[in-house]
Amino acid sequence: MSARNRELFALIPASLLITAGFAAVFVQENDRLTNLSLTYGAIFFGLCLAAHLVVRFTLPHADPYLFPLAATLACFGLVMIYRIDETLARDQAQWFVFGLLLFAATIILVRDITVLERYRYVIALGGIALLLLPRVPGIGSQVNGAYLGVDLKVITFQPAEFAKLAIVIFLASYLRDTRQLLVSSGRRIAGITFPPLKHLGPMLVIWGLAMVLLVFIRDLGSSLMFFGAFLALIYVATNRLSFVAIGLGMFAAGAWFFASTIGHVQNRIDAWHDPFDPALYDKVGGSYQIAQSLFAQADGGLFGRGFGESILTLTNGQPLLPAAQTDLIYAVIVNELGLVGAVGVLLVCLLFVERAIKTSIIARDSFSKLLAAGLGAVFALQVFVIVGGVTKVIPLTGVTLPFVSYGGSSILANFVLLALLLLVSDKARRPA
Amino acid sequence: MNTPARRLYLFVTVLFAILVFATTWWTVARPASLRDNPRNARSLLEQQRIHRGTIFARDGTVLARSRRGPQDTWVRRYTAADRLVAHAIGYSYTNLGRAGLERSRNDALIGQRTEVGSLIDDVLGRRPVGDNVTTTLDLDAQRVALEQLAGRKGAVVALEPATGRVRVMASVPGFDANALRSGKTFERLNRQPDSPMFNRATQASYPPGSTFKVVTAAAALDSGRYQPDSVINGDSPKVISGVPLANDGGESFGDITLTTALTHSVNTVFAQIGEDLGKATMAKYMKRFGFYDKPPLDYPADQMLASGEYAGGRLLAPESRKIDVGRMAIGQDKLQVTPLQMAEVAAVVANGGVRVAPRLTEKIVDRDGRTVDRVEPERVTRVMSRESAAQLGEMMTNVVREGTGTAAALAGIDVAGKTGTAEKDPSRNLVQPWFIAYAPAHDPKIAIAVTVEDSIGGFGGTVAAPIARAVMQQILGPAAGG
Repeated sequence: MSARNRELFALIPASLLITAGFAAVFVQENDRLTNLSLTYGAIFFGLCLAAHLVVRFTLPHADPYLFPLAATLACFGLVMIYRIDETLARDQAQWFVFGLLLFAATIILVRDITVLERYRYVIALGGIALLLLPRVPGIGSQVNGAYLGVDLKVITFQPAEFAKLAIVIFLASYLRDTRQLLVSSGRRIAGITFPPLKHLGPMLVIWGLAMVLLVFIRDLGSSLMFFGAFLALIYVATNRLSFVAIGLGMFAAGAWFFASTIGHVQNRIDAWHDPFDPALYDKVGGSYQIAQSLFAQADGGLFGRGFGESILTLTNGQPLLPAAQTDLIYAVIVNELGLVGAVGVLLVCLLFVERAIKTSIIARDSFSKLLAAGLGAVFALQVFVIVGGVTKVIPLTGVTLPFVSYGGSSILANFVLLALLLLVSDKARRPA
Repeated sequence: MNTPARRLYLFVTVLFAILVFATTWWTVARPASLRDNPRNARSLLEQQRIHRGTIFARDGTVLARSRRGPQDTWVRRYTAADRLVAHAIGYSYTNLGRAGLERSRNDALIGQRTEVGSLIDDVLGRRPVGDNVTTTLDLDAQRVALEQLAGRKGAVVALEPATGRVRVMASVPGFDANALRSGKTFERLNRQPDSPMFNRATQASYPPGSTFKVVTAAAALDSGRYQPDSVINGDSPKVISGVPLANDGGESFGDITLTTALTHSVNTVFAQIGEDLGKATMAKYMKRFGFYDKPPLDYPADQMLASGEYAGGRLLAPESRKIDVGRMAIGQDKLQVTPLQMAEVAAVVANGGVRVAPRLTEKIVDRDGRTVDRVEPERVTRVMSRESAAQLGEMMTNVVREGTGTAAALAGIDVAGKTGTAEKDPSRNLVQPWFIAYAPAHDPKIAIAVTVEDSIGGFGGTVAAPIARAVMQQILGPAAGG
């Protein structure tokens, strides 16, 4: 079976999943089954089919599983968001359509990813500018102490979602040029290979950027995600664990310093440390959110409560689970679908990463290899940062669960990420 | 670049494995502790829709019941009788969480069955119905205890020695569980300096004074080192741990027997015994009595305190160098106890040296009247031999017959007891009087501990013993005339 036919067939279970999901929510809410869920399933399948056709004609050799995996995650997201709030789901569905359009546009416009290399400094500067945008007076907006959003009155967006792509593209391109130098001219001191000073410069810049992120955006999660992706790329480019160790050490030192000086970050860490401490629990920006997240997950147990059964609001209409549709969507999934459903979501994410790394391995040129690995790494880290935050592995910070969480920026940026991966993949799998 | 890419994938797999592990932890391994967390309104919201079981006193009086609330919910209401036992029963409100028996017996009250059972209920769309809980509490005796405390801060605990049934658990000041419904009242009560919601019977840490000499005497007799007629010098003062210790009023008793020493509560004798027995032996017997652990009562663990030596708010290791074993043996030093623990000490002596787990629940009955669970007496351990217990009982009987505890004597019934008067603030003559006892001495039906938190002057024998006497009289009935 050709790659594209496999992709087409893989989209069918995703569409059935969304049909079943909506049916379950309808049954729970109105106690009856309507054919509306079939309609939704059909619309979803139609949209995916359209995107599939674009891929079929432009990238015939691309990996057949990436797109269906992303569609499956989007299914989870749409059903969960619908169950949380119908109007939000309508917005999200629109964003999903825009996402598919942007996906198609990226594929058609970029065509050959080597084009991106030519604009690498522009892309890098654009990425940094995007990151700093939330601090620009007048348009920046602060939520819970972190500067992550930009409010342009007509539209608000989260520039970090796009910046992550820009940073990965730049690093992949930059490291393609310098990887040899980093490895060959390194000096060994006490058994550890240190990169030469002149090449260390850009790495210090990236480290500085991560620190600046911490200071300006005040968000530990995003910084961790960016810096993690950077280290992953360094490692793939040089195969030197010592570089990663040095980088981690520097990040840890910087993070420790800023965490102890920026109150908001310190709050998050305290809340993480002891979410059930009464003083922290009642504090604004305290541990209420993480505590409620854990309660929701414990309530889910092994098999979950079932669609629509999670309690999200108190009897007075106040939300019980803050940011259920964005930060805490994983907690809602665990609550309603249990450990089984949550592991399902994680497995889909892991398969997505697997396909990205696979693409990196079979890619023929260094830039493609690095780009695919970097995109896979940044995707994986984003999942880790938010799911790890929700499950109290690390302090909880506000990043989205890719393709699942509510949010236009997140959907759009991740569809671009998907488009880039498919572009790399098509080139790699094209018969020579 | 393929090898590091593969390793990167491996690393991502490890990261995801951590996420799966963490999710498993919160969903499967830890849900009980999270479900019972008082902050967890989730289970409360869920449980609002469950018809929560009724809580009865021993005689069938309703203490707490659920009424139809708005929409599909049930709301909790407490009866006037509940005010007598508000600390023991506690409360269950959506906005506040749960406390007391409402919390410790929550599973029964909401009809929580096994995981499989709930799953079947889920599938069949059945909503669980709560079971009713009958407590061991005796409202009449409870009322007498509260009347006798007469507004003075303190606590009374009375247990059936052979079965562990808690017949009285009184703590003053009290509160009205219905009034808590308003969050403001709850906040206000929480801030009040005399802490009305604090259960002094199980949570308060009080110096036990001379009532602790019963524990020391038990260790002395049961270790075989002393007999009731062993002679010890009771002069005052005696140097204990390098510092002179005096008897009450500086009185010297000369060479006296152990029985006489307990009858007159002679400090120097028991301090010498404590030093002679040493920390290890004292710790062994204290642990058997239940010190250094929270009591095995069906009551929330964070509403109970372990008794023992405390320093800086922490329980000291039983053989810590900071312990002055001589002074500990007479209930001084850094010893902090709960009234429940001291009632258990009396109950152990009464029960021939065997410790039985105290409990507040008599039985759990479902809506159709079938008894789901009848709580049976649970033997914890043998603290001392039957002979030692009998000897100690005889000595304690002497305390009430002719010693410091005569105010607890009941006509026609022998009472065994021990007084205590812990000094709190000598400059203001502030003391904490105690009395622990059981009766009848030769066929014990009830063991009791009474303490009054702050008394200006007075002694265990004059302040606490009369309270114990009135409560015991109520429980033992007309046979024990005043």
